[in-house]
Amino acid sequence: MARALMVAALVCAAACHRAPGRTLTICADPNNLPFSNQARQGFENELASLLAADRGARLEYEWWAQRRGFVRNTLGAGTCDIVMGVPASFDPALTTRPYYRSSYMFVSRRDRNLGLTSLDDPRLRAMRIGVQMIGDDFNNSPPAHALSNRGIVRNVVGYSVFGDYAKPSPLAGIVEAVDRGEVDAALVWGPAAGYFTRGRPLELAPVTPHADSPSLPFVFDIAMGVRRGNSGLRDELNDFITRRATDINRVLDEYHVPRVEGD
Amino acid sequence: MGARCLRAVALPLAGVLALAVQGCQKQTVDTSAPASSRAVSGKFGDPAALQQDDGQWVMPAKNYASTRYSGLDEINTGNVSQLGVSWTFSTGMVAGHEAAPLVIGDTMYVVTPFPNILYALDLSKPGAPKKWAYDPKPLGAAKGVACCDLVNRGAAYADGAVFFNTLDGRTIAVDAATGEPKWITQLADINKGESMTMAPLVVKGKVLVGNSGGEFGVRGWLTALDAATGAIAWRAYSTGPDKDVLIGPNFKAFYAADRGADLGITTWPGEGWRTGGGTVWGWISYDAEANLIYYGTANPGPWNPDQRPGDNKWTAGVFARVPETGEARWFYQMNPHDLFDHDGVNEFVLADVTMNGQSRKVAMHPDRNGLMYVMDRTTGEVLSAAPFGYVNSNRGIDMKTGRLIPVEEKAVKQGVVVRDICPSAPGMKDWQPSSFSPRTSLLYIPHQNLCMDEEGMAASYIAGTPFVGASVVYKAGPGGNRGVLTAWDPAQAKAAWEIKERFPVWSGTVVTAGDVLFYGTMDGWFKAIDAKSGKQLWQFKCGSGIIGQPVVYKGPDGHQYVAVLSGVGGWAGAIVPADLDPRDATAGNGFGGVLGDLKEATTRGGMLYVFSLGGGGR
Repeated sequence: MARALMVAALVCAAACHRAPGRTLTICADPNNLPFSNQARQGFENELASLLAADRGARLEYEWWAQRRGFVRNTLGAGTCDIVMGVPASFDPALTTRPYYRSSYMFVSRRDRNLGLTSLDDPRLRAMRIGVQMIGDDFNNSPPAHALSNRGIVRNVVGYSVFGDYAKPSPLAGIVEAVDRGEVDAALVWGPAAGYFTRGRPLELAPVTPHADSPSLPFVFDIAMGVRRGNSGLRDELNDFITRRATDINRVLDEYHVPRVEGD
Repeated sequence: MGARCLRAVALPLAGVLALAVQGCQKQTVDTSAPASSRAVSGKFGDPAALQQDDGQWVMPAKNYASTRYSGLDEINTGNVSQLGVSWTFSTGMVAGHEAAPLVIGDTMYVVTPFPNILYALDLSKPGAPKKWAYDPKPLGAAKGVACCDLVNRGAAYADGAVFFNTLDGRTIAVDAATGEPKWITQLADINKGESMTMAPLVVKGKVLVGNSGGEFGVRGWLTALDAATGAIAWRAYSTGPDKDVLIGPNFKAFYAADRGADLGITTWPGEGWRTGGGTVWGWISYDAEANLIYYGTANPGPWNPDQRPGDNKWTAGVFARVPETGEARWFYQMNPHDLFDHDGVNEFVLADVTMNGQSRKVAMHPDRNGLMYVMDRTTGEVLSAAPFGYVNSNRGIDMKTGRLIPVEEKAVKQGVVVRDICPSAPGMKDWQPSSFSPRTSLLYIPHQNLCMDEEGMAASYIAGTPFVGASVVYKAGPGGNRGVLTAWDPAQAKAAWEIKERFPVWSGTVVTAGDVLFYGTMDGWFKAIDAKSGKQLWQFKCGSGIIGQPVVYKGPDGHQYVAVLSGVGGWAGAIVPADLDPRDATAGNGFGGVLGDLKEATTRGGMLYVFSLGGGGR
């Protein structure tokens, strides 16, 4: 953080005449590694610092748990300018061009030598499989839908994406469950899968196919989001994403965010 | 106990933290008497006795039978047109105001939406000035876990204390005279998605409260707290092994489908019951003669229906339990394997009704699924289950097995577009409570007339995780009116009359011995109706839409008053306080599109209105 501030100061010396006293406010979850936390860790926070330095702006945060109503209560209420990560097709916000594409991943213990890659693998019928669980109203993580579409239901264990918010990394539970052997394998969204498997005897691989149908993809483009109508800021962010792609990818690598190509 | 009152100490009680608060009173009966000219009647301020007094209103549903019937008749069909505003009180808040005001002695108590401030207003003085306010300072993070606006459905009174729940999961007892907290018990954990929105019910010294949060994979429960200390007396889960559900040898379900060992486990795949929902956020009734409480459990969650094969017990049904121990006596499941988010939490109104020439002890329950259940409350047998609006997603129940008969082509399926499902997810009727007049033998049901389309899958994003779900769009049911007030004749199992409303009727109703029925509309009209004929007799436009519960009481001046909170919001009305975009049909979980014109019809803001004959300051 100290480095980020120093960089910001240096950039400011060169660029502040363009936007004196400019502030960019980011809406972020205060407890959701690897994305963000209130200590300003997480790759979304690092990218926000990179952005602020690039634009010669001061960074401020509006902390709000990413639950139902997050965008409505933050971007929608005008309390911030940018949400650092949303799907590129996300309706409630105006989205930038995507800056990474990731996939749901199979996570399993290396010593099991399972080599799981396919949702059609017949072994899934007999395994205990962890999936990320969203909530009711017919919403769920795409692999959870995919498994139930294949009739795989009774051996599936749900791990709420909200986790226990009293703990430092609510999303970690499902990966820890694989590590402890509570489940044979888990299907986890890429950034969380990559980050929480670091330093553990676990292996991960993107699921195949990449989609069951156009409405049930397992691969998602992730963009930044701004308020609807704020196309000026959107264009500025698009420019940043294009120019600083190398730096953005370096941050994503540091956080072990798995990226996939193509569709 | 004495030491507890000397200083604030944390007592670990049965795994929860009960905070004893400095300055609390000894648990004696004298604290129940407010310093006023009109003493609180009833032994020890016992709500069982107080509810008989039509001058007061000591629990949201007026009485244990949940009839919301007042014996007062100063205001009647002949003079209600002279009703006017006596005084008002602004809460200064903009979330939805669903609570019922309480009147005990010369004091009115109002609990607001989050941040759940409890106000005491002095009815003995002109304009009913504030006596005190108690601010529980709930955690702001609780706002993130509330599913549907930041509502609170009210408080309850017993033995000198006012009991209410906070959104961040605490039950609090406040000294009714001083506004000082007596005890605070943390029950629900917002870090796990639990919150609390319901009004407690106090029975035999037990404060009964339940949790909200089925959307987050919460396991539902009803908990009884000792009214004097806040300590947990018992907890009954809605899923899991019989020992957790408090099902023992005295459990006798009427229908075979509700009998068997550990159905709270075996009717779920794997360990789905651990996160199975069945939260308890609605209403509780109590029959003193049978010594049973009745309450409904919410929908199963958080899996989609095809991910939780089985009946998913004990969700979306009704429990009868013994208040002292929580022991279950019977259960009936309105919606086995719920497909539509049809919680069973709506009220159970208790009455003796003559059916086929025979007096029956019934519980009347208008369910989300559109069926009006009239049940024998001693056994759990369904006597009738007729639709009280347009239903095409079920064909009623099999009277032999008690089981709901679903309509296959309206079932929600993964990735399949299903249109015109009636009723919609909030059901034919949601939480908004009915009233029952023994004079007319009619049940006055406030409800909606909405259908829905499941329009295939859309991607969304939460907690950094992309996900996919059906986009649900609500729309008006047949006739185009989105709300209805139905007067239901339980003996004939049919509607006596109905009033169509432009918007869902999301307020409660109250009915009086003057044969006047009161309710409010989401665009702010507070209405008086002839309880016999359904003819409108009077209306008044309040500042904001009404989703509160009207109450009736006698002021210190001996005259009858009617009070209601205005302040639109709730699941249906959140589009106004939350300023949602009506162009987004799925905003407010499906309500955004169908109630887009609500933002033109009303504005937000909480205000208590109190009416009397002639109005003005008496």
